[in-house]
Amino acid sequence: MFDKYIIDPASLRNIGPTDAPTGFSFETKLGYYRGLGLSMIEELNVSLDGQPLPRSAIRFDEGPGPLTLDEMETEYARRWAFGAAATILVEHPGGFPCGEHDLSLQQKLRISYMPFPSFNADTKRVSFG
Amino acid sequence: MTSKIRRGVSLYSFQEEMFLGRMHVEDCVAFAASIGATGIEILPEQNMPTFPTISDAEVEAWKDMVARHGCHFTAYDMFLDTKRRKDRLMSDDEQVESIVRDLRLCNRLGIRNMRILVFVRPDILARCVPHAEEFDVHMGVEVHAPWHIEHAWILRTIEEADRLGTKHLGILPDMGIFMKHYPPAFRARFERQGARPEVAQFIVDQHEAKIMCEYTIYEVAVKMGGNKAEVAMAETLRHAPYANPRRLADYAPYFRHIQAKFYEMAEDCTDPSIAYDEVIDQLVRCGWEGTLSSEYEGNRWIQDAQDVDSREQVRRQHVMFERLLAEAQDRHSAREAA
Repeated sequence: MFDKYIIDPASLRNIGPTDAPTGFSFETKLGYYRGLGLSMIEELNVSLDGQPLPRSAIRFDEGPGPLTLDEMETEYARRWAFGAAATILVEHPGGFPCGEHDLSLQQKLRISYMPFPSFNADTKRVSFG
Repeated sequence: MTSKIRRGVSLYSFQEEMFLGRMHVEDCVAFAASIGATGIEILPEQNMPTFPTISDAEVEAWKDMVARHGCHFTAYDMFLDTKRRKDRLMSDDEQVESIVRDLRLCNRLGIRNMRILVFVRPDILARCVPHAEEFDVHMGVEVHAPWHIEHAWILRTIEEADRLGTKHLGILPDMGIFMKHYPPAFRARFERQGARPEVAQFIVDQHEAKIMCEYTIYEVAVKMGGNKAEVAMAETLRHAPYANPRRLADYAPYFRHIQAKFYEMAEDCTDPSIAYDEVIDQLVRCGWEGTLSSEYEGNRWIQDAQDVDSREQVRRQHVMFERLLAEAQDRHSAREAA
Protein backbone atom coordinates (compact mmCIF):
# COMPACT_ATOMS: atom_id res chain seq x y z
CA MET A 1 0.00 0.00 0.00
CA PHE A 2 3.05 2.24 0.39
CA ASP A 3 5.64 0.36 -1.67
CA LYS A 4 6.87 3.31 -3.68
CA TYR A 5 7.75 5.22 -0.49
CA ILE A 6 9.65 2.45 1.36
CA ILE A 7 13.21 3.54 0.47
CA ASP A 8 14.32 7.15 0.96
CA PRO A 9 17.08 7.40 -1.66
CA ALA A 10 18.29 10.78 -0.35
CA SER A 11 19.27 9.15 2.97
CA LEU A 12 21.90 6.82 1.47
CA ARG A 13 25.27 7.16 3.30
CA ASN A 14 28.46 5.21 3.70
CA ILE A 15 29.39 4.07 7.20
CA GLY A 16 32.82 3.57 8.77
CA PRO A 17 35.99 5.52 7.96
CA THR A 18 35.65 7.87 4.99
CA ASP A 19 38.67 6.38 3.24
CA ALA A 20 37.66 2.77 3.97
CA PRO A 21 33.89 2.49 4.41
CA THR A 22 32.65 -0.73 6.02
CA GLY A 23 29.17 -0.51 4.59
CA PHE A 24 26.25 1.79 3.91
CA SER A 25 22.97 2.85 5.44
CA PHE A 26 19.63 4.24 4.29
CA GLU A 27 16.26 5.14 5.76
CA THR A 28 13.09 3.18 5.26
CA LYS A 29 9.46 3.34 6.34
CA LEU A 30 7.27 0.39 7.20
CA GLY A 31 5.01 -0.38 4.23
CA TYR A 32 1.90 -0.85 6.36
CA TYR A 33 -0.95 1.32 7.65
CA ARG A 34 -0.08 0.90 11.33
CA GLY A 35 3.00 0.34 13.50
CA LEU A 36 4.27 -3.16 14.22
CA GLY A 37 6.34 -4.88 16.92
CA LEU A 38 9.84 -5.75 15.72
CA SER A 39 9.33 -9.51 16.29
CA MET A 40 6.84 -9.45 13.40
CA ILE A 41 9.32 -7.96 10.90
CA GLU A 42 10.41 -11.36 9.54
CA GLU A 43 12.83 -10.31 6.84
CA LEU A 44 14.47 -7.18 5.49
CA ASN A 45 15.98 -8.32 2.21
CA VAL A 46 18.43 -5.86 0.68
CA SER A 47 19.64 -6.24 -2.88
CA LEU A 48 22.14 -4.31 -4.93
CA ASP A 49 21.58 -4.44 -8.70
CA GLY A 50 19.35 -7.45 -8.15
CA GLN A 51 21.97 -9.37 -6.13
CA PRO A 52 20.74 -10.21 -2.61
CA LEU A 53 23.10 -9.22 0.22
CA PRO A 54 23.54 -11.70 3.08
CA ARG A 55 20.97 -11.64 5.91
CA SER A 56 23.80 -11.53 8.47
CA ALA A 57 25.06 -8.24 6.97
CA ILE A 58 21.82 -6.39 7.79
CA ARG A 59 21.13 -4.33 10.93
CA PHE A 60 17.93 -2.44 11.75
CA ASP A 61 17.45 0.58 14.01
CA GLU A 62 14.19 2.42 14.57
CA GLY A 63 15.94 4.59 17.19
CA PRO A 64 17.21 2.82 20.32
CA GLY A 65 20.10 1.02 18.63
CA PRO A 66 20.87 -1.49 15.89
CA LEU A 67 19.66 -5.10 15.96
CA THR A 68 20.39 -8.09 13.74
CA LEU A 69 17.45 -9.82 12.09
CA ASP A 70 18.00 -12.76 14.45
CA GLU A 71 17.76 -10.42 17.45
CA MET A 72 14.60 -8.85 16.07
CA GLU A 73 12.85 -12.23 16.07
CA THR A 74 12.52 -12.13 19.86
CA GLU A 75 12.30 -8.36 20.35
CA TYR A 76 8.83 -8.00 21.88
CA ALA A 77 9.10 -4.53 23.45
CA ARG A 78 10.25 -2.34 20.58
CA ARG A 79 7.87 -1.17 17.85
CA TRP A 80 8.31 0.44 14.47
CA ALA A 81 5.77 3.26 14.40
CA PHE A 82 3.52 4.11 11.44
CA GLY A 83 5.16 6.52 9.00
CA ALA A 84 8.39 6.63 11.02
CA ALA A 85 11.74 6.40 9.26
CA ALA A 86 14.11 3.69 10.53
CA THR A 87 17.69 3.00 9.47
CA ILE A 88 18.95 -0.08 7.66
CA LEU A 89 22.68 -0.60 8.08
CA VAL A 90 24.44 -2.95 5.68
CA GLU A 91 27.94 -4.38 6.15
CA HIS A 92 29.49 -4.06 2.71
CA PRO A 93 33.27 -3.50 2.60
CA GLY A 94 34.11 -0.49 0.49
CA GLY A 95 30.67 1.02 1.05
CA PHE A 96 28.03 1.70 -1.58
CA PRO A 97 29.54 1.42 -5.06
CA CYS A 98 30.03 4.65 -7.00
CA GLY A 99 27.82 5.40 -9.96
CA GLU A 100 24.22 4.48 -10.71
CA HIS A 101 22.87 1.36 -9.04
CA ASP A 102 19.54 -0.26 -8.12
CA LEU A 103 18.95 -0.47 -4.39
CA SER A 104 16.10 -2.79 -3.39
CA LEU A 105 14.43 -3.56 -0.09
CA GLN A 106 11.78 -6.18 0.53
CA GLN A 107 9.99 -6.20 3.90
CA LYS A 108 8.38 -9.50 4.89
CA LEU A 109 5.83 -8.93 7.66
CA ARG A 110 3.92 -11.40 9.84
CA ILE A 111 0.45 -9.86 9.98
CA SER A 112 -1.70 -11.95 12.31
CA TYR A 113 -5.04 -11.53 10.51
CA MET A 114 -3.61 -12.38 7.08
CA PRO A 115 -3.41 -16.03 5.99
CA PHE A 116 -0.02 -15.42 4.33
CA PRO A 117 2.95 -13.09 4.95
CA SER A 118 2.81 -9.54 3.64
CA PHE A 119 5.57 -8.60 1.22
CA ASN A 120 6.34 -4.95 0.55
CA ALA A 121 9.10 -4.00 -1.83
CA ASP A 122 10.71 -0.96 -3.37
CA THR A 123 13.59 -0.46 -5.78
CA LYS A 124 15.23 2.89 -6.28
CA ARG A 125 17.82 3.81 -8.89
CA VAL A 126 20.40 5.82 -6.98
CA SER A 127 23.42 7.78 -8.07
CA PHE A 128 26.22 7.69 -5.50
CA GLY A 129 29.76 8.93 -5.02
CA MET B 1 -39.04 11.37 10.98
CA THR B 2 -35.59 12.64 11.86
CA SER B 3 -32.73 10.25 11.32
CA LYS B 4 -30.40 9.57 14.24
CA ILE B 5 -27.52 8.87 11.89
CA ARG B 6 -24.42 10.95 12.52
CA ARG B 7 -21.46 11.54 10.23
CA GLY B 8 -17.83 10.92 11.08
CA VAL B 9 -14.40 10.00 9.75
CA SER B 10 -11.86 7.30 10.51
CA LEU B 11 -8.30 8.61 10.58
CA TYR B 12 -7.53 5.60 8.35
CA SER B 13 -8.86 7.79 5.54
CA PHE B 14 -5.81 10.07 5.66
CA GLN B 15 -3.16 7.35 5.76
CA GLU B 16 -1.41 8.56 2.60
CA GLU B 17 -0.91 12.11 3.87
CA MET B 18 -0.05 10.99 7.41
CA PHE B 19 2.44 8.38 6.18
CA LEU B 20 4.19 11.08 4.15
CA GLY B 21 4.11 13.55 7.04
CA ARG B 22 1.87 15.96 5.09
CA MET B 23 -0.93 15.78 7.65
CA HIS B 24 -0.87 15.15 11.38
CA VAL B 25 -3.71 13.81 13.46
CA GLU B 26 -4.93 17.25 14.43
CA ASP B 27 -5.08 18.29 10.75
CA CYS B 28 -7.36 15.30 10.13
CA VAL B 29 -9.63 16.19 13.03
CA ALA B 30 -9.78 19.85 11.98
CA PHE B 31 -10.68 18.83 8.45
CA ALA B 32 -13.39 16.44 9.66
CA ALA B 33 -14.88 19.26 11.73
CA SER B 34 -14.85 21.57 8.70
CA ILE B 35 -17.19 19.25 6.78
CA GLY B 36 -19.45 18.53 9.73
CA ALA B 37 -18.12 14.99 10.20
CA THR B 38 -17.59 15.42 13.91
CA GLY B 39 -17.29 11.74 14.91
CA ILE B 40 -13.66 10.65 15.05
CA GLU B 41 -12.57 7.02 14.73
CA ILE B 42 -8.97 6.29 15.65
CA LEU B 43 -6.45 3.49 15.16
CA PRO B 44 -4.19 3.81 18.20
CA GLU B 45 -1.56 1.58 16.58
CA GLN B 46 -1.44 4.02 13.68
CA ASN B 47 -2.12 7.34 15.37
CA MET B 48 -0.32 6.97 18.72
CA PRO B 49 3.43 6.48 18.20
CA THR B 50 3.96 5.44 21.84
CA PHE B 51 1.32 2.66 21.73
CA PRO B 52 0.70 0.61 23.85
CA THR B 53 2.15 2.73 26.68
CA ILE B 54 -0.07 5.80 26.62
CA SER B 55 0.33 8.18 29.58
CA ASP B 56 -2.56 9.95 31.28
CA ALA B 57 -1.17 13.22 29.90
CA GLU B 58 -1.34 11.84 26.34
CA VAL B 59 -4.91 10.64 26.90
CA GLU B 60 -5.91 14.09 28.15
CA ALA B 61 -4.13 15.80 25.25
CA TRP B 62 -6.08 13.66 22.77
CA LYS B 63 -9.41 14.35 24.44
CA ASP B 64 -8.68 18.09 24.60
CA MET B 65 -7.62 18.23 20.98
CA VAL B 66 -10.75 16.47 19.72
CA ALA B 67 -13.02 18.64 21.90
CA ARG B 68 -11.22 21.82 20.81
CA HIS B 69 -12.39 21.15 17.25
CA GLY B 70 -15.96 20.46 18.34
CA CYS B 71 -15.55 16.74 17.64
CA HIS B 72 -16.00 13.56 19.67
CA PHE B 73 -14.55 10.07 19.52
CA THR B 74 -16.72 7.35 17.99
CA ALA B 75 -14.64 4.20 17.70
CA TYR B 76 -11.31 2.58 18.54
CA ASP B 77 -9.83 0.12 16.01
CA MET B 78 -8.02 -2.68 17.85
CA PHE B 79 -5.52 -5.20 16.54
CA LEU B 80 -4.52 -8.59 17.90
CA ASP B 81 -1.05 -9.94 17.18
CA THR B 82 -1.71 -13.65 17.57
CA LYS B 83 1.48 -14.26 15.55
CA ARG B 84 3.62 -11.96 17.68
CA ARG B 85 5.98 -14.85 18.37
CA LYS B 86 7.53 -16.85 15.56
CA ASP B 87 7.55 -20.14 17.48
CA ARG B 88 3.89 -20.32 18.52
CA LEU B 89 0.53 -18.58 18.41
CA MET B 90 -0.64 -16.50 21.36
CA SER B 91 -2.40 -18.63 23.96
CA ASP B 92 -6.07 -17.96 24.66
CA ASP B 93 -5.15 -16.23 27.93
CA GLU B 94 -2.67 -13.96 26.11
CA GLN B 95 -5.32 -13.07 23.52
CA VAL B 96 -7.79 -12.09 26.22
CA GLU B 97 -5.08 -10.08 27.98
CA SER B 98 -4.27 -8.17 24.79
CA ILE B 99 -7.94 -7.38 24.12
CA VAL B 100 -8.47 -6.24 27.72
CA ARG B 101 -5.44 -3.95 27.33
CA ASP B 102 -7.24 -2.31 24.40
CA LEU B 103 -10.58 -2.16 26.21
CA ARG B 104 -8.86 -0.36 29.08
CA LEU B 105 -7.23 2.25 26.81
CA CYS B 106 -10.50 2.64 24.92
CA ASN B 107 -12.25 3.38 28.20
CA ARG B 108 -9.54 5.82 29.30
CA LEU B 109 -10.10 7.74 26.07
CA GLY B 110 -13.84 7.77 26.74
CA ILE B 111 -14.63 5.74 23.58
CA ARG B 112 -17.60 3.36 23.67
CA ASN B 113 -17.18 1.38 20.43
CA MET B 114 -14.33 -0.93 19.56
CA ARG B 115 -13.75 -2.37 16.10
CA ILE B 116 -12.73 -6.01 16.59
CA LEU B 117 -10.76 -7.58 13.73
CA VAL B 118 -12.92 -10.17 11.99
CA PHE B 119 -10.47 -13.03 12.57
CA VAL B 120 -10.79 -12.87 16.39
CA ARG B 121 -12.51 -16.03 17.64
CA PRO B 122 -16.04 -15.63 19.06
CA ASP B 123 -15.18 -17.76 22.10
CA ILE B 124 -12.27 -15.43 22.92
CA LEU B 125 -14.64 -12.46 22.67
CA ALA B 126 -17.12 -14.21 24.95
CA ARG B 127 -14.37 -14.33 27.58
CA CYS B 128 -13.83 -10.56 27.11
CA VAL B 129 -17.51 -9.65 27.56
CA PRO B 130 -17.35 -9.11 31.36
CA HIS B 131 -14.48 -6.66 30.79
CA ALA B 132 -16.32 -4.91 27.95
CA GLU B 133 -19.32 -4.51 30.25
CA GLU B 134 -17.12 -3.16 33.04
CA PHE B 135 -15.51 -0.62 30.69
CA ASP B 136 -18.81 0.02 28.88
CA VAL B 137 -17.33 -0.63 25.45
CA HIS B 138 -19.30 -2.29 22.64
CA MET B 139 -17.10 -4.85 20.87
CA GLY B 140 -18.16 -4.91 17.22
CA VAL B 141 -16.70 -7.61 15.00
CA GLU B 142 -15.80 -5.99 11.70
CA VAL B 143 -17.95 -7.46 8.94
CA HIS B 144 -15.42 -7.01 6.16
CA ALA B 145 -15.49 -8.39 2.62
CA PRO B 146 -15.40 -11.25 1.70
CA TRP B 147 -17.41 -11.99 4.86
CA HIS B 148 -20.96 -10.59 4.97
CA ILE B 149 -23.54 -10.09 7.68
CA GLU B 150 -25.05 -13.57 7.50
CA HIS B 151 -21.77 -15.39 6.93
CA ALA B 152 -21.60 -18.40 9.26
CA TRP B 153 -18.49 -17.00 10.97
CA ILE B 154 -20.28 -13.71 11.75
CA LEU B 155 -23.37 -15.57 12.96
CA ARG B 156 -21.19 -17.26 15.59
CA THR B 157 -20.60 -13.82 17.18
CA ILE B 158 -24.33 -13.02 17.00
CA GLU B 159 -25.04 -16.36 18.69
CA GLU B 160 -22.51 -15.62 21.45
CA ALA B 161 -24.04 -12.18 22.06
CA ASP B 162 -27.53 -13.74 22.27
CA ARG B 163 -26.36 -16.59 24.50
CA LEU B 164 -24.73 -14.15 26.92
CA GLY B 165 -27.60 -11.68 26.71
CA THR B 166 -25.08 -8.86 26.41
CA LYS B 167 -25.30 -5.46 24.71
CA HIS B 168 -21.51 -5.24 24.64
CA LEU B 169 -20.81 -7.75 21.87
CA GLY B 170 -22.03 -7.49 18.29
CA ILE B 171 -20.82 -6.49 14.86
CA LEU B 172 -19.42 -3.44 13.05
CA PRO B 173 -20.21 -3.57 9.34
CA ASP B 174 -17.73 -2.33 6.74
CA MET B 175 -19.61 -1.08 3.68
CA GLY B 176 -17.12 -2.78 1.34
CA ILE B 177 -19.50 -5.76 1.53
CA PHE B 178 -21.97 -3.81 -0.66
CA MET B 179 -19.83 -3.49 -3.78
CA LYS B 180 -22.54 -3.32 -6.41
CA HIS B 181 -20.25 -2.25 -9.25
CA TYR B 182 -16.57 -2.99 -9.84
CA PRO B 183 -14.50 0.08 -8.83
CA PRO B 184 -13.18 2.00 -11.86
CA ALA B 185 -10.03 2.84 -9.86
CA PHE B 186 -9.20 -0.88 -9.55
CA ARG B 187 -9.69 -1.43 -13.26
CA ALA B 188 -7.61 1.59 -14.23
CA ARG B 189 -4.65 0.46 -12.13
CA PHE B 190 -4.72 -3.06 -13.56
CA GLU B 191 -4.81 -1.58 -17.06
CA ARG B 192 -1.76 0.56 -16.21
CA GLN B 193 -0.08 -2.68 -15.10
CA GLY B 194 -0.77 -4.35 -18.44
CA ALA B 195 -4.31 -5.73 -18.33
CA ARG B 196 -5.80 -5.63 -21.83
CA PRO B 197 -8.94 -3.44 -22.00
CA GLU B 198 -11.07 -6.27 -23.43
CA VAL B 199 -10.08 -8.64 -20.61
CA ALA B 200 -10.66 -5.91 -18.00
CA GLN B 201 -14.10 -5.30 -19.53
CA PHE B 202 -14.87 -9.03 -19.34
CA ILE B 203 -14.03 -9.06 -15.61
CA VAL B 204 -16.14 -5.94 -14.99
CA ASP B 205 -19.05 -7.48 -16.92
CA GLN B 206 -18.81 -10.74 -14.96
CA HIS B 207 -18.87 -8.78 -11.67
CA GLU B 208 -21.80 -6.70 -12.88
CA ALA B 209 -23.68 -9.94 -13.66
CA LYS B 210 -22.80 -11.24 -10.15
CA ILE B 211 -21.26 -14.41 -11.53
CA MET B 212 -19.46 -16.33 -8.81
CA CYS B 213 -15.83 -15.26 -8.85
CA GLU B 214 -14.19 -18.68 -9.36
CA TYR B 215 -15.79 -19.03 -12.81
CA THR B 216 -14.28 -15.71 -13.87
CA ILE B 217 -10.87 -16.44 -12.40
CA TYR B 218 -10.69 -19.75 -14.30
CA GLU B 219 -11.88 -18.12 -17.53
CA VAL B 220 -9.25 -15.39 -17.28
CA ALA B 221 -6.34 -17.47 -15.98
CA VAL B 222 -6.79 -20.59 -18.13
CA LYS B 223 -9.13 -20.09 -21.07
CA MET B 224 -8.07 -16.54 -21.92
CA GLY B 225 -4.41 -17.07 -21.03
CA GLY B 226 -4.51 -14.03 -18.79
CA ASN B 227 -1.34 -12.14 -18.00
CA LYS B 228 -0.25 -11.35 -14.43
CA ALA B 229 -2.26 -8.12 -14.16
CA GLU B 230 -5.38 -9.75 -15.62
CA VAL B 231 -5.25 -12.72 -13.26
CA ALA B 232 -4.63 -10.39 -10.31
CA MET B 233 -7.63 -8.29 -11.38
CA ALA B 234 -9.83 -11.39 -11.65
CA GLU B 235 -8.67 -12.51 -8.21
CA THR B 236 -9.88 -9.24 -6.65
CA LEU B 237 -13.38 -10.60 -7.30
CA ARG B 238 -12.88 -12.94 -4.33
CA HIS B 239 -13.03 -9.83 -2.14
CA ALA B 240 -15.65 -7.87 -4.09
CA PRO B 241 -19.06 -9.09 -2.92
CA TYR B 242 -22.40 -7.36 -3.19
CA ALA B 243 -24.27 -8.49 -0.08
CA ASN B 244 -27.96 -7.75 0.46
CA PRO B 245 -28.36 -4.30 2.09
CA ARG B 246 -31.65 -5.48 3.67
CA ARG B 247 -29.62 -7.49 6.16
CA LEU B 248 -28.55 -4.16 7.73
CA ALA B 249 -32.10 -3.60 8.99
CA ASP B 250 -32.36 -7.21 10.20
CA TYR B 251 -29.21 -6.94 12.31
CA ALA B 252 -29.41 -3.25 13.30
CA PRO B 253 -29.65 -4.02 17.05
CA TYR B 254 -26.18 -5.60 16.87
CA PHE B 255 -24.24 -2.57 15.61
CA ARG B 256 -23.75 1.06 16.63
CA HIS B 257 -21.03 2.13 14.20
CA ILE B 258 -20.35 1.68 10.50
CA GLN B 259 -17.09 1.86 8.60
CA ALA B 260 -18.12 3.68 5.45
CA LYS B 261 -15.49 2.14 3.17
CA PHE B 262 -15.00 3.67 -0.25
CA TYR B 263 -12.41 3.59 -3.00
CA GLU B 264 -13.23 6.71 -4.98
CA MET B 265 -15.83 9.43 -5.28
CA ALA B 266 -16.69 10.97 -8.64
CA GLU B 267 -16.60 14.74 -9.13
CA ASP B 268 -20.39 14.85 -8.91
CA CYS B 269 -20.17 13.34 -5.42
CA THR B 270 -21.47 9.89 -6.31
CA ASP B 271 -19.83 6.59 -5.44
CA PRO B 272 -19.43 4.51 -8.61
CA SER B 273 -19.06 1.25 -6.69
CA ILE B 274 -20.59 0.94 -3.22
CA ALA B 275 -24.42 0.93 -3.04
CA TYR B 276 -24.76 3.77 -0.52
CA ASP B 277 -28.19 4.73 -1.87
CA GLU B 278 -29.52 1.33 -0.82
CA VAL B 279 -27.49 1.22 2.41
CA ILE B 280 -28.71 4.59 3.67
CA ASP B 281 -32.28 3.84 2.69
CA GLN B 282 -32.19 0.71 4.85
CA LEU B 283 -30.55 2.47 7.80
CA VAL B 284 -33.07 5.31 7.80
CA ARG B 285 -36.01 2.98 7.28
CA CYS B 286 -35.14 0.91 10.34
CA GLY B 287 -34.35 3.94 12.50
CA TRP B 288 -30.74 2.92 13.10
CA GLU B 289 -28.77 5.16 15.45
CA GLY B 290 -25.02 5.46 15.05
CA THR B 291 -22.21 6.95 13.00
CA LEU B 292 -21.33 6.55 9.35
CA SER B 293 -17.54 6.79 9.60
CA SER B 294 -15.67 7.45 6.34
CA GLU B 295 -12.98 4.94 5.52
CA TYR B 296 -11.21 6.03 2.36
CA GLU B 297 -9.06 3.25 0.92
CA GLY B 298 -8.42 4.53 -2.55
CA ASN B 299 -4.88 5.79 -2.10
CA ARG B 300 -3.25 2.44 -2.88
CA TRP B 301 -5.11 2.23 -6.21
CA ILE B 302 -4.02 5.59 -7.64
CA GLN B 303 -0.72 6.57 -5.97
CA ASP B 304 1.32 5.04 -8.84
CA ALA B 305 -0.24 7.51 -11.27
CA GLN B 306 -1.33 10.61 -9.40
CA ASP B 307 -1.20 12.54 -6.15
CA VAL B 308 -3.68 11.39 -3.55
CA ASP B 309 -6.11 13.96 -2.14
CA SER B 310 -7.84 12.16 0.71
CA ARG B 311 -9.53 15.34 1.97
CA GLU B 312 -11.31 15.95 -1.30
CA GLN B 313 -12.41 12.31 -1.49
CA VAL B 314 -13.81 12.37 2.05
CA ARG B 315 -15.49 15.73 1.41
CA ARG B 316 -17.30 14.33 -1.62
CA GLN B 317 -18.48 11.30 0.35
CA HIS B 318 -20.04 13.55 2.97
CA VAL B 319 -21.82 15.63 0.34
CA MET B 320 -23.30 12.32 -0.84
CA PHE B 321 -24.22 11.27 2.71
CA GLU B 322 -26.07 14.54 3.35
CA ARG B 323 -27.99 14.17 0.10
CA LEU B 324 -28.88 10.51 0.61
CA LEU B 325 -29.85 11.01 4.25
CA ALA B 326 -32.17 13.90 3.35
CA GLU B 327 -33.77 11.93 0.51
CA ALA B 328 -34.28 8.85 2.67
CA GLN B 329 -35.78 10.89 5.49
CA ASP B 330 -38.24 12.54 3.10
CA ARG B 331 -39.16 9.19 1.60
CA HIS B 332 -39.73 7.43 4.89
CA SER B 333 -41.52 10.41 6.48
CA ALA B 334 -43.94 10.37 3.55
CA ARG B 335 -44.40 6.62 3.97
CA GLU B 336 -45.12 7.00 7.70
CA ALA B 337 -47.57 9.84 7.08
CA ALA B 338 -49.41 7.66 4.57
